[in-house]
Amino acid sequence: MLNDLERDDALLIAALKQRDESAFVWLVGRYQGSLLRLALVHARTRAVAEEIVQDTWLGVLQGIETFEGRSSFRTWLFRILVNRARTRAEREGRTVPFSALGDGAIGPNEPVVQAERFLGSTDPQWPHHWAVPPRSWGASPEEDLLTQETFELIERLVAELPPAQREVITLRDLNGCTSEEVCNVLGISETNQRVLLHRARSRVRGGLERYFDAE
Amino acid sequence: MDTPINAELTCKELVELVTDYLEGALSVANRQRFDEHLTSCPFCQTYMDQMRQTIRTLGHLPEEAVSPEALDTLLGHFRRWR
Repeated sequence: MLNDLERDDALLIAALKQRDESAFVWLVGRYQGSLLRLALVHARTRAVAEEIVQDTWLGVLQGIETFEGRSSFRTWLFRILVNRARTRAEREGRTVPFSALGDGAIGPNEPVVQAERFLGSTDPQWPHHWAVPPRSWGASPEEDLLTQETFELIERLVAELPPAQREVITLRDLNGCTSEEVCNVLGISETNQRVLLHRARSRVRGGLERYFDAE
Repeated sequence: MDTPINAELTCKELVELVTDYLEGALSVANRQRFDEHLTSCPFCQTYMDQMRQTIRTLGHLPEEAVSPEALDTLLGHFRRWR
């Protein structure tokens, strides 16, 4: 079943196949921001990211005739970008955030919250319960978080994530993909997707906590 | 997990399971342990709130609009392609 976005995309793609310029402009307007974010995960500079995005749209034009809508348009689009970014990195002899190959930063036993925040296993009453519990972020946290300052902080926190985590959280939480779409774009398993997403979200929460606690 | 299935979930375990919980990936038994812990632990409730707020805010990060230069280049590609 198609959601509204997919239905709307399908109309634009049908028009694009008819060489309708305004459909192309709509699609660019809708996805440019998401593509740029994703490209920035792979690119060393902003200029390179912009080139990758341009290259992705070229790929769309080259491939649109054969796009049959078996995956959502954005899955197809993001996959083009990721593939082109990887090819480019290989050509340049760099390694890239191949989520499929795992991520050096994920030690399976590395906790997402520092162990010191919890009581020890031998605590007579509350083993492994909070020793330093999180404190609420204020009376109206939703509003407190939607400020330019927190947006900038979050962007910085995301940019500092290990690339494979950054790739997943960008697709999922920033670009609004479903877990299935993320797996299809990156060629990773549901489990791997969840692990990367969990570590990424937990780190961003930790960064926000440090910011609010310091206030 | 190593813990027996009927053992009470600890806070330290809960923070590792938040995404599995939100993604609906926990077994029925573990989901129940998670819910039971959450009901009785205000600290973990705060933690869950913060994770949810984090996710919501990530979804609100402003997107960059297409620059006029980028659009010009793309339209050039489009017209050659057409």
